[in-house]
Amino acid sequence: MLALFLKRGHGGGSNPFQHLEKSAVLQEARVFNETPINPRKCAHILTKILYLINQGEHLGVMEATESFFAMTKLFQSNDPTLRRMCYLTIKEMSSIAEDVIIVTSSLTKDMTGKDDNYRGPAVRALCQITDSTMLQAIERYMKQAIVDKVPSVSSSALVSSLHLLKTSYDVVKRWVNEAQEAASSDNIMVQYHALGLLYHVRKNDRLAVNKMLSKFTRHGLKSPFAYCMMIRVASKLLEEEAGSRDSPLFDFIESCLRNKHEMVVYEAASAIVNLPNCTAKELAPAVSVLQLFCSSPKAALRYAAVRTLNKVAMKHPSAVTACNLDLENLVTDSNRSIATLAITTLLKTGSESSIDRLMKQISSFMSEISDEFKVVVVQAINALCQKYPRKHAVLMNFLFTMLREEGGFEYKRAIVDCIISIIEENSESKETGLSHLCEFIEDCEFTVLATRILHLLGQEGPKTNNPSKYIRFIYNRVVLEHEEVRAGAVSALAKFGAQNEEMLPSILVLLKRCVMDDDNEVRDRATFYLNVLEQKQKALNAGYILNGLTVSIPGLERALHQYTLEPSEKPFDLKSVPLATAPVIEQRAENAPVAVVKQPEKVAATRQEIFQEQLGAIPEFRGLGPLFKSSPEPVALTELETEYVVRCTKHTFVSHMVFQFDCTNTLNDQILENVTVQMEPTEGYEVIGYIPAKTLVYNQPGTCYTLVALSEEDPTAVACTFSCMMKFTVKDCDPNTGETDDEGYEDEYVLEDLEVTVADHIQRVLKPNFGAAWDEVGDEYEKEETFTLSAIKTLEEAVSNIVKFLGMQPCERSDKVPDNKNSHTLYLAGVFRGGHDLLVRSRLVLTDTVTMQVTARSVEELPVDVIMASVG
Amino acid sequence: PQEPSLYTVKAVIILDNDGERLFAKYYDGSYPSTKEQRVFEKNIFSKTQRSDSEIALLEGLTVVYRSSIDLYFYVIGSPYENELMLTAVLNCLFDSLSQMLRKNVEKRALLENMEGLFLAVDEIVDGGVVLESDPQQVVHRVAVRGEDVPLTEQTVSQVLQAAKEQIKWTLLR
Repeated sequence: MLALFLKRGHGGGSNPFQHLEKSAVLQEARVFNETPINPRKCAHILTKILYLINQGEHLGVMEATESFFAMTKLFQSNDPTLRRMCYLTIKEMSSIAEDVIIVTSSLTKDMTGKDDNYRGPAVRALCQITDSTMLQAIERYMKQAIVDKVPSVSSSALVSSLHLLKTSYDVVKRWVNEAQEAASSDNIMVQYHALGLLYHVRKNDRLAVNKMLSKFTRHGLKSPFAYCMMIRVASKLLEEEAGSRDSPLFDFIESCLRNKHEMVVYEAASAIVNLPNCTAKELAPAVSVLQLFCSSPKAALRYAAVRTLNKVAMKHPSAVTACNLDLENLVTDSNRSIATLAITTLLKTGSESSIDRLMKQISSFMSEISDEFKVVVVQAINALCQKYPRKHAVLMNFLFTMLREEGGFEYKRAIVDCIISIIEENSESKETGLSHLCEFIEDCEFTVLATRILHLLGQEGPKTNNPSKYIRFIYNRVVLEHEEVRAGAVSALAKFGAQNEEMLPSILVLLKRCVMDDDNEVRDRATFYLNVLEQKQKALNAGYILNGLTVSIPGLERALHQYTLEPSEKPFDLKSVPLATAPVIEQRAENAPVAVVKQPEKVAATRQEIFQEQLGAIPEFRGLGPLFKSSPEPVALTELETEYVVRCTKHTFVSHMVFQFDCTNTLNDQILENVTVQMEPTEGYEVIGYIPAKTLVYNQPGTCYTLVALSEEDPTAVACTFSCMMKFTVKDCDPNTGETDDEGYEDEYVLEDLEVTVADHIQRVLKPNFGAAWDEVGDEYEKEETFTLSAIKTLEEAVSNIVKFLGMQPCERSDKVPDNKNSHTLYLAGVFRGGHDLLVRSRLVLTDTVTMQVTARSVEELPVDVIMASVG
Repeated sequence: PQEPSLYTVKAVIILDNDGERLFAKYYDGSYPSTKEQRVFEKNIFSKTQRSDSEIALLEGLTVVYRSSIDLYFYVIGSPYENELMLTAVLNCLFDSLSQMLRKNVEKRALLENMEGLFLAVDEIVDGGVVLESDPQQVVHRVAVRGEDVPLTEQTVSQVLQAAKEQIKWTLLR
């Protein structure tokens, strides 16, 4: 008998909702109109409707509206479950049906009624159907609900307010006093929701957030969730302060390491680990709690701990060595994610001798783990290669095996990236690496990777001992692949032809075959390269094959479009096109072990293009020509947390500079008008005019500009210090009502000095083949001088100082100084204001101090002189 | 890297032992279309079905999960989210249902109590914000009809079914 029960109980599994038909269910909904209402039956029909929506069934506007209206009748019944199902239906249909606001009064009644079980859900449903105009009408009820003594009501009101912030910020922000009161609630969820809402309302007001944090953390919080929230707020503030850890904020986070809830302890540890520039000493207490968590029976906690330790190990492997024993125990964890993280962490912290063992262990279950963690493994290998160059042969083999196995794009890309970086670091592994990559593209489904490898072959192949062996692999792509890859292969072929005279005749033959290709792009490339190569001129090869265009492509498109709109006799001038901003020196191997957060790739306008547009809209700046360069990061001219905050961005034009001052007024009892920044140069610059910011209201940033002309008498005097003073008219105002005095008075505020350096006049540009570019520019305006850098003790230091000072792009990876060398050559490329290529070769010799021989080349004299003048 | 926010949960999903959706609620735009959601559910099911590992990183998201007889429960969050917070949500959901279904957490019992499930999830997560984490509170607030409904309103078979359940659990204890 019992067996029978159990069998029926467990085995049945038939789904009463499985074969629901939308039309039949909506038909059934007519029952809603019957009197008396049958609550059980009606609730069941609503369940079916919700089930259908939940399965992704699409309801038309008409259908939904019709059922919605029928459902409103059910408010006549007082059956609690039925009523609750109505609230859910209202929420689900609020975005599909029309005129859902007709239930407003019913919901308002329930929200203020006697039955506590209705009130919370009614608040949530009501806020879902309310728009910003309707919100005013229920504002009074919302304020009451927020401070209601029934926790579910208060929580519902707070969370709904949070959702409403997105559409009705101005209304919701009036409820902070109520939220403030709720934040002191004894109920843990209410406190959490109230603090969350307060933070979201005030997050742009640093001072207020700070105050809130210290107020609520002083006496301790009830809710572990609220603690986690406050830890995040504190670490965000700390990050923005970017300064000392000697702050109550850090103390607060650290004190949470001793909280009784694991959730809070972990949050605090993870916050400390994620703080930028954390020292080993600051990390130590966080690492020891994570170490304890490694032996927790809860998988989620072990996972969280080892993932965070893995993060620590990337920057501070020595801080994690103490946990090696605990990590060894996790290597065999049944949760493969935990095991992988443990192994990759050990790879970072362990000794060279343990590598082989760990690699063997991990390859035994490589097939069981998800791509995300395979990427983590690849990253660990990458780090190992940098740490133990001697191991690269073993590790490369592992990578090649992985490359041959199944895997998604992100995973394969990580492997290819890793192999490429090994090739770049270790010249002796170049040939093996290239030939494995050649093998990979023979059967590669990812276009991006194939073209990337082809590009690399074109760049590195010609420099190897036996370049001809790569031609077969590249030409195979032309024969077998689709157009994007074919085009990439044609470009790679041309690079071999441009650098190797012996191979040129056969390359020309191959390119001639490509001229007949089906695809435009492939044909065009082949024809173009063929014609350039047939000229047999080194300068042409350098300029058009080895080093491509340096202008920004969207900028070129816009300039060409403009040119066709206003036909002119003059030929199109490539120098009028803004340059592509070269990527700032790569920071490698910093990736967190969480790859790929999915984000659609946006083709956003670059920062400089946005500036160009903004500046172009100001009549005074129309005649300045194209924007040459904008300084990469705004410079702060005030301390943080002063009355006014001013930051400056420098914009360089052909013969002018525009200084953009982004100002914020942090005093809520003042309005500033007619704000300018007066500038006083030390060198030959001349201030031409000021564009004031009309008004600066409390906490709303405004912008003013100062326009200066470069010196004509002494064009090499580009570096200059400006003293800056903000001038404005102050009007007092009432912070509460916003009422402003009519009368104002003049005032000024001294800002810090602003430096203009030679780097502001040079745009960094990457020349993939520096030697070719050097020959192309020629020695007509070459200058050379030798200097002693007495204050500098190492080559690395010299290199990073020169790169920073000149603001030019290091080429041929010459910014990396090989170990144990006492001489080094740094190659720098850039474009000088006005659009002329500028190349600098800097030979460095280390004796007791660093001696530097600087050679500069350009097609004009001025850029060379500027370099020499500024280095001297 | 985690911006302070109350928005914690990206999705709550319940699948059966064939990987079919019994319940799924997505709270942000990670998977906007039903098609993408189904593909995601297939993926997490195939990766979690044969392991009792409780937690995984899939498609760049943290997935905490547990199973009971023929049911699989998932809570999804950002990879930067506090894993224990997500686990707290998962446990609250599971324990609430376990109480509501009188420890009978299996597909058939769940389907017979779908309205209870809908209401419980609604009490636990609101638009991605954790609304309640205490199963006692959730069960109390859902208060679906059960013992509190007068006998007269129940059909004979329901009474019988309830009696069977009672017997079963006393016997099993």
